[in-house]
Amino acid sequence: MFNRRQPPAIFNHVVLLMLVSFAILPLLVLAFNSVKSRQEFGANPLGPPREIQWENFPRAWEEGNFARTATNSLILVVATVTCVLTLGGLAAYSLARINPPGTDSVMFYMLVVSTIPIWLYMVPLFFMWRNLGLLNTRLGLVIIYTALNAPFAIFLLRTFLLSIPSELEDAAMVDGANRFQTFRQIILPLSWTGFLTVGLVVALAVWGEYQVALIMIQDSTRFPITTSYNSFNEEFGRDWTLTSAGALMMIFPVLLLFLSLQRQFIAGLTQGSVKA
Amino acid sequence: MTEALQLPDHAAQLTAAPKSNRFLRRVMIPWLFILPILLVHGFVVIIPSIMGMYYSLTDWSGMGEPVFIGLENYRRLLFDDPAFMKALGNNVIWLLFFLTVPFALSLLAAFLLSQIKTGGYIYRVLIFIPYILPSVVTASIWRNLLNPRMGIGASLTAWGIPGFDVAFLGDTSTSLLSIAFIDNWHYWGFLTVLFLTAMQSIPTVLYEAAKIDGANRWQQFINVTLPGIRPTVLFMLMMTAIWSFLVFEYIWILTEGGPAGSSSVMATVVYKNAFRSFEAGYAAAQGLIMSGFAGLIVMIFIILRRLGWEV
Repeated sequence: MFNRRQPPAIFNHVVLLMLVSFAILPLLVLAFNSVKSRQEFGANPLGPPREIQWENFPRAWEEGNFARTATNSLILVVATVTCVLTLGGLAAYSLARINPPGTDSVMFYMLVVSTIPIWLYMVPLFFMWRNLGLLNTRLGLVIIYTALNAPFAIFLLRTFLLSIPSELEDAAMVDGANRFQTFRQIILPLSWTGFLTVGLVVALAVWGEYQVALIMIQDSTRFPITTSYNSFNEEFGRDWTLTSAGALMMIFPVLLLFLSLQRQFIAGLTQGSVKA
Repeated sequence: MTEALQLPDHAAQLTAAPKSNRFLRRVMIPWLFILPILLVHGFVVIIPSIMGMYYSLTDWSGMGEPVFIGLENYRRLLFDDPAFMKALGNNVIWLLFFLTVPFALSLLAAFLLSQIKTGGYIYRVLIFIPYILPSVVTASIWRNLLNPRMGIGASLTAWGIPGFDVAFLGDTSTSLLSIAFIDNWHYWGFLTVLFLTAMQSIPTVLYEAAKIDGANRWQQFINVTLPGIRPTVLFMLMMTAIWSFLVFEYIWILTEGGPAGSSSVMATVVYKNAFRSFEAGYAAAQGLIMSGFAGLIVMIFIILRRLGWEV
């Protein structure tokens, strides 16, 4: 009866398809170009390839030093995720479950410091890192990434840990389990999705991080995949089939993880807007 | 209950040193869990921030001893630095762009998504994908698409629609807005998903009531949807405004602030001063002023909330 006033749902789908095309078509062009030969690209820079050739990928892998830079980035990702989850997890556990005096102050402090813009401390941090010998090292980057992700991780993990009823823990303690055992046997099985979400968001952030790496890593053998890809682009900027293949190799693991775990990704990224 | 059960075992110990034992369990150990991450954060963020405040009052190249010069850096910055003022102006243009274009796009998309029954899930995932791409990849894709000889403009010209085959990133009149367009391509899907989540928590009864009152879709959007997601929209307006004063990556990757400073923002100026011109003291002062703008936005929102705006 009231439906007559409503335009049919087809209108929504038409507009949404246009918006989705805006989001996805550029990526599709990237995929097309990564399998074209240079001659074909010259004649047909946007459309689908007439002939698929895969050799751009091994060539980009070689020319762009992807073996080394992807390893560098992978080490950064694994080390940062480990540090954030253990150090952040310990703090969040204490703040959520033991609740020592000062908990509210710590949470307020974290909220305030999470709003400090990176440019307030980046210049002094660079010279501090240089004096400490942390410039051009992975350790130096991992320390910075851990610090930058700490407030977000603590907020999210604490929220997850708070949602576990304390009766479960009390019961285990009555049965004689100590704090560590209750953590491993009660808390972790119930909150692992929280840890997974934080781990995914941090991994994504570190894999694509450019700004801090640009400032802190100047030795090209230590480049992570992002700053290295940018130099690769400057060097081979005219051969778009090659740079497209490189870009695709770089985003392939991201897309794979996102599509298989997109619920956790979206939850983590949208709840983590305090981070910046 | 736990205390009572443990008492017999530890009775002797508890009477011997009751206070210190309790202190250890209730305060010391929990704080030992919290301290490591606080120390790392303080080491990376707090200490350099305080050092930066001091360096901003000095003449310092990054090497050797900083020379204290009082407020000279701030005088120069406010009255004697057209490049910084130009950059600040560009930050304001960036701010205006990002408070309108991505919000209009994402509110439209989220509203349409909230009304359809099938396929919403797929649309949502596809719209979100650009947000997870690394900035260097997004920049590379669009640098190619906006190329005047090989990109979209060239194809449009070949199909008989001339006028778009210009060097968007290489022209002083278009460089800044082109980069804003590219950054927005990456950003608006994120806002869409946030707004959609907020819209889904609006009770459908409100829409039913509006329909009975004869409201069309636009009226439903204005009178039901927008008020329903107001806290989310206002919060994201604040965050977007803060980010607009700190933006760096896309501009640095695509133009380094050029050509002729046409796309420079405060962050690219700070970067150049600190790491290319070796004016670390002056760059620290500029970084402090930049952060001041971000702080100002937070202040405005706190004041609005005090005034009862339900931000």
